[in-house]
Formats: sequence, structure tokens, C-alpha cells
Amino acid sequence: MGDLIRRYGRGLTGLFVLLVVFWVLVLVILPNVAMFEQSFRPYIPVVEIGGPNDFYSFRNYAKIFDGVVDTSILGIPVTLPIHIKAFLDTLIFSALVTLLTLILAYPLAYFLAKVASPKSLPTLVLLLFIPMWVSEALRAFAWYVILTFNGPLNAVLKGLGLIDQGVRWQNGVFTAYDAIVVVLVYCYVLFMLFPIYTSITSLDTNQIEAAEDLGSTWWRTHLRVVIPHAKPGIASGCVMVFMLSAGSLLVPTVVGSTRANWFPQTIYSWFNDALDWNTGAAYSMIFLLVCILFIIGMMRIFRVKLSDIAK
Amino acid sequence: MSRDRAILGHVYFWAFMLYMLLPLLVMMGAAFNDSKLPTVVPWRGFTWRWFVDLAADDDMWRSFRNSILVALAVVALAVPIGTAAAIVINSVGGRYRAGLYGVMVAPVLAPGIVIGISTVLFWNATGNAVGADGVAFFGRGLHLATLGQVSYIAAYVMLLVLARLQSFDPGLEEAALDLGANHGQVLRRILLPHLYPAIGASAAIAFFQSLENFNVTLFTRGGENTLTVYVFSKVRAGITPTINALAFLLIMVTLALALVYEINRRRRARVEAAREAEARRAEAAMI
Repeated sequence: MGDLIRRYGRGLTGLFVLLVVFWVLVLVILPNVAMFEQSFRPYIPVVEIGGPNDFYSFRNYAKIFDGVVDTSILGIPVTLPIHIKAFLDTLIFSALVTLLTLILAYPLAYFLAKVASPKSLPTLVLLLFIPMWVSEALRAFAWYVILTFNGPLNAVLKGLGLIDQGVRWQNGVFTAYDAIVVVLVYCYVLFMLFPIYTSITSLDTNQIEAAEDLGSTWWRTHLRVVIPHAKPGIASGCVMVFMLSAGSLLVPTVVGSTRANWFPQTIYSWFNDALDWNTGAAYSMIFLLVCILFIIGMMRIFRVKLSDIAK
Repeated sequence: MSRDRAILGHVYFWAFMLYMLLPLLVMMGAAFNDSKLPTVVPWRGFTWRWFVDLAADDDMWRSFRNSILVALAVVALAVPIGTAAAIVINSVGGRYRAGLYGVMVAPVLAPGIVIGISTVLFWNATGNAVGADGVAFFGRGLHLATLGQVSYIAAYVMLLVLARLQSFDPGLEEAALDLGANHGQVLRRILLPHLYPAIGASAAIAFFQSLENFNVTLFTRGGENTLTVYVFSKVRAGITPTINALAFLLIMVTLALALVYEINRRRRARVEAAREAEARRAEAAMI
């Protein structure tokens, strides 16, 4: 800090610090403190705020255990509270999305980093960037157009004679979440691709050649040389895709069926339909906590630092 | 062996591109179909009418204007904040650095809906504390959407500027101070010119991130729409192909920007190559 004052003087340093304090305190920390505090307060009319009914409790959090239904998770029949079910489904299918994007993106990242000719590379990367610049709302809508009952997918499959009758894709074929998973993969695969691509680029090609010269098979080279080196990129991609998928409100609402319930939709309906902001805050706290645990878990498993993930 | 791999790689790349672009093409195609539903089958003939309808849609224009206003406000706030944060964190050492860094990048990883809800709750509570005037002033609206977006977009700016700061030589500032420059001059003439490329890039990223934003905006916007929220509400409540017309136009703008960027890059690469060839010739002539 003394160094800053020596270089830029008291006035400018004060301004820098003020801007940082405004950001960190007013825009980041205090809103979360407010959410934490209000998640323990009841949802009551404005006139009763500060009255005898206004006290802290865990009631908002307990609401997640309401409404027990018979249902199934991954085909296993279970009896669960309906919001817990939405919560678990969200985590399970977000993990599936993460896995699918990893499988799709890794070979492409390797191709771009080590196989494609350096001359055509900038053009290829730019081509990949174009779909990423198109807004998520439109990309989800594009799939709505494709998957809809009278849409092109059913028309093509019928034309090829693969199906006799149109399929209601949005209701799901295997699970109620098929359409959501497909569209989330489409929307977020590039967030997996670029971190892995960046990390493979920094691998010395000689190492791959040395492994091959010494008789390593291609999958062994990847397993022992490329993947360990790309670990920070893989961790970063996995965290980004999982967080984006689990936190997506737009995609499940646009392409999801009524049978599929994504946790952010549950939070939104507390907030917007029930107008119960306090319970919405409690659900957000639960969600945030699980997200933090997930990130810490990933950092432990991949042995990477926060600065490797957020780049 | 390696030739086969290159071919396989190219096939996979183009298959992937097809996967990325085909849905967008289908969506764009539906903008010209003379059918009340947004679809390409059955094809009922070519029409411009969805573009005419779109141009006559006042809600769309209002949302568009709102999106631009919010994005400009986000750039105006996030760029100075992020730049200041990068300068400050670069000079902070030891154990405070990791903590501060963690708080700064956390909003990038936090779910957008959590940022949206916490922003609304905090300013709402602030408004209640202030009184009747405060409720209106701190209530939901585009200003809260701006603040919510800044809370995480400033982190992108910080990361980009921080990366650029690593290649900065602080000795230049020492020299300027020794030669009698004042503090303002050191910042304006020495540090900022070095950071301009990163600041420019981060301003562009902040602008587009803001236009794209859905989660934070949905909770904080109040009664106003931004373009992304407008598209979402149209998709949810009875769809018309005017959204496809809008998608067509937006994707065309994206393509035009990409094309300009690519032409620029190729020209720079050519100039670079010519200069290198020149240098090599000159070297050869000297020997």
C-alpha cells in the first residue's frame, strides 16, 4: 500500500481503494450478508416487520422438506420431498452435462492445440467463437424450434422412415430431462473447450513425441502425458460448465417439460410467483453452499488453486 | 499415422462446427417461412413479414434501448473498478492477497440467480432503512440490474488488466518520478498507456457480457425488459417468428463483426510477414 502512495500519491491511491471497497463491500459482500440475514426471517406483511411475528428461525429452510411425493431418481423409486428431488436432479444432470461436454471438447481441444496447422488456427478458433457470441436465449430458442412437435427433427426422422409418429422430444424419451441436457451441452460445450485448449497449448510437443518414440500407445500418451498436463484446464472447464448448467434458469424454462423441475426454477417461483423473497433467499443460500462445496471439492480432487479455475 | 490423425481431427472439427451452426441456421431459416409458428417445416413460402412485424414492435425497441443503456453503464462502472482492483491487488502481498483475490473472483463462479437475488434483497433492505423515498430509489429496476452485473463483470476486467500488469516494468514509473513527473502524469502517461490494450479488450467483453446477461437481470430488472429478457418472455408466451427475424439480424451482426476482425487479422499477419521478409533480405545483403 505504501508503494501505491509513493507512486500515485494519496489522492489517486484513495480513489483506487474507494473503488475496490465499493465493489467488494457494497456489490459483493453486503448483498450476500443481506441474503443470509433475510433467509432466516419470516415472510410477513410490511406492517408486521419489527413486530412480535418477526423473529429469526430455520422455517424457510425447513420448507425444502415439504410436499413428500413418490417419484424416482435415475429409475430407482424413492419417496422424497419435491424440492429435494428437483435439487438432486439438478445436481445429477448437471454432472452428466459436465461429463458429456468434457468428452466432446477434449478431442477437439487436442486437435486445435497440437494437430491443426498453426496458420489456419486463428481462423478455426474464430469460427468456434461465433456461436459463443450468440446469446444463450437465442441458442436455447434454436433448439426449441428443432425439438418442437411439428419441427424439423421429427420431419427429418419421419422422412427417413426411422419413426412413424412424431416424438414429443421436450417431454423426454429416456428421462424428463433429455431436452434440457442436450441443450445445456450445446450451450456450454465451448466453456469446456477453451480452458482445455489453453492448457494443452502450453504442453511441449516434444513430450508427446518422446512418449510415442518410446512405444507408448496413443491412449497411454493421453492418459499419462497430455491429461495430467491439461488438468488445470479440465478442472476449470468442469467447474464452469457445472456451475453454468446447475444455475441455468433460461434453458430449463425454454425447452424443459412440466415434468422436469430445475432447482433455479424452484427458487424463481418462490421469488416471483409466491412473492416469498425470504424463502427464495433460504433456497439460494442452500444452492450457494452446495456450489461452494463443489468448487472446493474440485480444487481438492484436481489439486489446483482458485486462480487456475477463474481465468 | 499422424496424417490419418490430422484427417480425423479435421473431420471431427467440421462435424463439431456443423453441430454448433446447424441449429442457428434452422432458427434463421424459420424467419423467412410464411407460417404462424416458428418452424422450417412445412415450408409455406418466402416472406419478409416477420421483419416488418419486428420493426413495428415497440417493446422490442424499448428493450433494445434498455440493453444498450445498461451495457454502457456497466462498462462505465466495471472498467474503472476492475482496473483499480488490478492495480491494488498487484501491490498487495502476502496472506491478504489470496483472500482479496478470492472475494473478487467469487462472483464469476457464483450462480447468476444468487447474485440477482442478493442484490435485490440488499438494496431493498437499504431502501426500507432509508424510508419511503428509499423504497422507490433502491427498488428493482435497470439501475439494480447494472449494479448486479457490475459485481461479477468487474472481475473479468480485473483478471485481464492484472494479466497485462505482469509485463509492466515498474522501473519506468520510478524513472518518471525521478525526472519530476507528478502522480497524475505517472498514471496517465506511463501506466495507463501500457494497460490500454487490456482495458479496451475488457471494455468490449464487459459490454457483450452485459448484453448477454439473463439471470441477474431477470431478478433485478423490475418492470423493464432488456433484449435477452424480452426474447425469453416472447419464447415463453406464445411464440411468433418475429423472434427468428430478430435472431437472424443479431447473428448477421455477429458474423459481420467476426469478418471484420478476421480481415484485420489477416492484413496484420501479411504486414508482419512482409516486414520479416524485408529484414531477412537486409540481413542477407549485409553478409
